[in-house]
Amino acid sequence: MTANQTTSEADATVDARNSTCPGPLMDLIAEIRSVDTGAVVVLLSDNENSTTEVQEWADQAGNDVLEIADEGDHYRIHVRKQ
Amino acid sequence: MTRRIAIVGGGTGGTVLANNLAEELTAEIDAGDVVVTLFNEGTDHVYKPVWLYVPFGQREPADGRRPLREVVDSRVDIRHDYVADVDPERKRLALADTERVSYDKLVIATGSQLAPDRVPGLVEGGHHFYGEDGARALRDELLTIEAGHIVLSVVGTPHMCPAAPLEFTFMVDDWLRERGRREAFDLTYTYPIMRVHGNEQIAEWAEPRLEARDIDVETMFNAEAVDPEAGTIESMEGTELDYDLLVSIPPHTGSDLVEAADLGQGGWVDVDKHTLEATGFDDVYAIGDAAQTGVPKAGSAAHYQANVVGQRLASEVRDRPAAAVYDGKTICFIETGMDDATFVEFDYERPPDPGEPTRAMHWSKLAYNESYWLTARGLL
Repeated sequence: MTANQTTSEADATVDARNSTCPGPLMDLIAEIRSVDTGAVVVLLSDNENSTTEVQEWADQAGNDVLEIADEGDHYRIHVRKQ
Repeated sequence: MTRRIAIVGGGTGGTVLANNLAEELTAEIDAGDVVVTLFNEGTDHVYKPVWLYVPFGQREPADGRRPLREVVDSRVDIRHDYVADVDPERKRLALADTERVSYDKLVIATGSQLAPDRVPGLVEGGHHFYGEDGARALRDELLTIEAGHIVLSVVGTPHMCPAAPLEFTFMVDDWLRERGRREAFDLTYTYPIMRVHGNEQIAEWAEPRLEARDIDVETMFNAEAVDPEAGTIESMEGTELDYDLLVSIPPHTGSDLVEAADLGQGGWVDVDKHTLEATGFDDVYAIGDAAQTGVPKAGSAAHYQANVVGQRLASEVRDRPAAAVYDGKTICFIETGMDDATFVEFDYERPPDPGEPTRAMHWSKLAYNESYWLTARGLL
């Protein structure tokens, strides 16, 4: 995925920039919990680990990472709840 | 003209702030130039860290409760009203009896609430220590259960006191060992992401300690449903655990007030993490759990934030630039058993660095808990 790809429609956005504890992935999971199946949640994170952690979690939980975009000072990660 | 400062919420943040303002603005309040009003529906101030000790019979819920009026400076006007609505555009609050109250400066300190019903079966099948009734019921269960599988599951995130799940796990292990009953139990700790704590440094510190105590760990475990009849908890990731006693960290939510006023998502106020000013609204601050700063929902963070907002408000009512800023400072004592603890201090720039647990640190934590009533009053 690259920063130039068209961003998916977002049903909810989690702005976890500056999140130190419990961290961006936990913020994302909390939001995924509250949305309906099929909804797209966008995570904004300035922690590079999020790009691998979100993918790893999504694979295990059966959700889809649609896009990981590098926005310069943060990442924009689109996840669809399955 | 009298300047009206309204604080919604009489927990640690709201109480410390009210007392700071009473101290800082004594002359202005006495002259009638400033009125500080603290809105809290209940009549008591509750110190929640006491609940961790209730299941082990070391504290009673009443130890964490005192009349708010005794804890808050007499210069502060306390109103035990339910605040039903915040209108940050018109700068007024609506109370449950439909009375409208105007303010010049508002501080949201509405904290966290539990929402265990968000996970099917959790209310019926799970215990917790995040409330007085829950902590009592868990105490009774620990005194009754003779053997089996105890599962500590961090279900809800974010949650109050991120250290508490690890603390409880270490404590129950030690508590059982002290009674010669550990062999009769299996212990499992579950956490939502791929390590045992949201903070990497604390996770690295805790993981070998859990292993050394023979505590099983399930990471990437986000509870989806609990079956109280079968005694099972199932995760979003497809793992199912049998349990005889399930101790959960229930899902948390912020205040409906915040959501309704469009101050932030999930009941947490979007703030500038340094000034603690609400994003997009003038003269509104948020502190403590209610403020979306990225630091843990911990009493120490609320305390430090209250100090900052107190200084900022004092400057503003004196028509001076507000210069105080919050640097993310948070401190946590972490119990590692019934007699030992460690300590972490961190901020936006410096990560925590937990050290070797000591008995002295455990006693420091207990001493801090006792002295809390002085710190809430602003005396320490």
